[in-house]
Amino acid sequence: MATYSVEVVYRGIFQKTLAKNITRGIVLAAVKQGKTGIAFGRYGDSPERNGIPAKNFAIVADSEEELQASMAQYEPKSVDVTIAVDDTLCKGVESWAWYGLQPINKLTRPGGYLLVTTMLDFSDLLRMTHAREQPYNLAVVRGLPSFSGLWVYKDDHTDVRVLGAISRLLPDLVSLGAVEAAIRQEWKSEQKVASARKAYERVEVMAVAPGVGDRRKPYEFELPRWWELREGVTIPAIVSGEAFPDPTTGAVGGWRPARNPYFKKFSTRTMRPVVDFDTCIKCTLCWLQCPDSCFDVTPDGYYDANMEACCGCGVCEAVCPVDNCITMVNEAAFTSNDSQWAAWKRDREAYRVWVREKIQHRPERSHGFQQRGQYERQIREMAAAGVGGAGVEGVREGGPPGGVAAAGS
Amino acid sequence: MARVAEQVGPAEAEREELISGSEAIAVACKLADVDVITAYPIRPYDTVMQYVAKLVANGELDCEYIVAESEHSQFEIVKHASAAGARVFCGSSGVGWMYAFEALTVTPALRIPLVAMVGNRALDDPGAFGVEHNDALAVRDLGWLLVWVDTAQEALDTALIAWRVAEDRRVFLPCAIGCDGAFLTHSQSMVKVPPPSWVRQFLPPYDRGDLLLHPDNPITVAPQVNEDWLMELRKHNDEAMKRARVVLREAYADFERIFGRAYGNPFFEEYRTEDAEVVLVGMGTLSMPVKVAVRQMRQQGVRVGFVRLRWFRPFPTEELATTLSRFRAVGVIDRDYSFGSPHASGVLANEIRAALYNSLARPPLVSFICGLGGREVTVPNVLEMTELVRRAAAGEPAESTYWIGIRQ
Repeated sequence: MATYSVEVVYRGIFQKTLAKNITRGIVLAAVKQGKTGIAFGRYGDSPERNGIPAKNFAIVADSEEELQASMAQYEPKSVDVTIAVDDTLCKGVESWAWYGLQPINKLTRPGGYLLVTTMLDFSDLLRMTHAREQPYNLAVVRGLPSFSGLWVYKDDHTDVRVLGAISRLLPDLVSLGAVEAAIRQEWKSEQKVASARKAYERVEVMAVAPGVGDRRKPYEFELPRWWELREGVTIPAIVSGEAFPDPTTGAVGGWRPARNPYFKKFSTRTMRPVVDFDTCIKCTLCWLQCPDSCFDVTPDGYYDANMEACCGCGVCEAVCPVDNCITMVNEAAFTSNDSQWAAWKRDREAYRVWVREKIQHRPERSHGFQQRGQYERQIREMAAAGVGGAGVEGVREGGPPGGVAAAGS
Repeated sequence: MARVAEQVGPAEAEREELISGSEAIAVACKLADVDVITAYPIRPYDTVMQYVAKLVANGELDCEYIVAESEHSQFEIVKHASAAGARVFCGSSGVGWMYAFEALTVTPALRIPLVAMVGNRALDDPGAFGVEHNDALAVRDLGWLLVWVDTAQEALDTALIAWRVAEDRRVFLPCAIGCDGAFLTHSQSMVKVPPPSWVRQFLPPYDRGDLLLHPDNPITVAPQVNEDWLMELRKHNDEAMKRARVVLREAYADFERIFGRAYGNPFFEEYRTEDAEVVLVGMGTLSMPVKVAVRQMRQQGVRVGFVRLRWFRPFPTEELATTLSRFRAVGVIDRDYSFGSPHASGVLANEIRAALYNSLARPPLVSFICGLGGREVTVPNVLEMTELVRRAAAGEPAESTYWIGIRQ
């Protein structure tokens, strides 16, 4: 008699079908083993916005009666496996469904698994992931984060590879045989079965000791009591903003718009703009076009993308008229939200070195218009890196995983 | 009747599918071979319209699928289609349902059978998607059949039963199926899908008879009337609603015979009530945590049971009063509110108070407002409510109404 809970943390819209496929696949595989289960999304996450962290769950139990405890819950209180289908989610998640930043492993039970689809090393992942007081296991399925568009699903076998990996980590939850049977039923593809089997063989695991990881305390929010709320469904407005000092001269000027201190949204970001201030012509386009008003106007008239507010949409890069002034970079390459402009003011030469290093980490994510032809390019890269089971002909077998390596800032 | 695209063979059997409550309703539309479906998006009902659209696009369902420009038109269109003899389906949620209100009021008066799914949702403002039952309950006085279900399986089965009852000439009333937003509409579970031949056996074609709006049957529907007509017309609805009790019992008995799934008493489910001293009563998916809590408490020797009401209209007055009179106290959990009502209680609590009034044994009744806006009704919530009911049973002074699970 046992109940298993699995959560899939994913990027809204871009990975919606992927997350659904994984949780459905778990339940269908469990049914093949004579168990029963449910699959559902966290209701408050929807309607999804592009890239915002969201969750799907699969609960598997031996009987309907055991399942009842989970059937009218928004989410389980703890899970056996947390699956992050994008590695930058390891920095923590703030969804539509709650306020505050949740560590990615918040619900992972002690001794449970955090399973990430990534090309990063364990050390890079752990640098992003919040430390815990109890031990758990970090598992990795090698592959680029799988991103789709609004109306299309990029069927790169990430769904079944994750299922294969789960059957290796928790054979009592679903066996590899059950996963294979479920894949045949749901997708009728022997290629997908082969991909699941390869992931079963190749999933990498390391034990994570207590205290290992990002030890910073994530921001929190306490919900008010009913009599503390203002009547009439009324909340105070965000005040307009203020000027701020130049860190080198102390001159006060510019404008930093005030922002919602309770709902920051930046965990939506999978890539961030890196600005080469040496080439900036102060044209204002990034500041005007940013849909999240994330640019602070500096006292000396530059535009500094505030990383506590940037959602990583890439519009600034697209509208910037100067070649290579704004470059979108993989969010995994950063460990802080500190101001780029302030760093540039303090030491321009050091900043130039920093920019050159960062802009090597090109994002492998699709944000719609920016990334035409991206899938084909990725498949070639994955084949070159020896990542099998990508579901297309010509993918080379074997070889060590490699690819994008992140660096701390 | 529209033609079902799928051709069925003789060796038909149930098959199990992993589908959500909303999808189960859409599958019921396919099985019932519905002729006209209208849609207008609002969460959580919109999941049904998405699944229906998919069935139509895939050629699995042959119907007129009309996306209206508002909920008002959505419900008007099916009303007219049903008057012309079409089997119809539509649905809505929260304020969408309210926007259709004029259409909702005229439909039962015209004796129009239609089946609607209400994905229960809190009424705006503030904008919230979670479940409250006030949306569907708003039509409780108007001649709508109202039922709440708690699993995707029951959603599918009840939809089939709803067409059967609504389209029975003795009834000819619209029926709304309350499905809790999120917990039912958005959660996938294993559902037994019956073969179409079983459904055809259970659900006869919709025959509107002398009320059919057709050139061969010249009639006028809904002429203007004055005070010398209306009471008699209202009496028609009163009688139809009374007859619906009988028709419901017949339908559930036939359902069990054909589909092999027994629901027992059609009107409400009793859980561990045999030797119970106190019971909780509620509707919809809050049954899940309540049943878990009842089992926990039973292990500790607490004799508590649960009654889940399915059919709110017609209300099973005598049956429920007889059942509830057996217990030493009753706690009613409302996922709704009725501001300024007697005892400031929930809607269901006051209906049950009224049902018990003529009973010789009237147990103390405690009303609980819980799980509003889709807040989880937790097992600890249920333990707390049970404790309050037990105190009432012991004769301790109690409030009439408690808000449970509120930050205070």
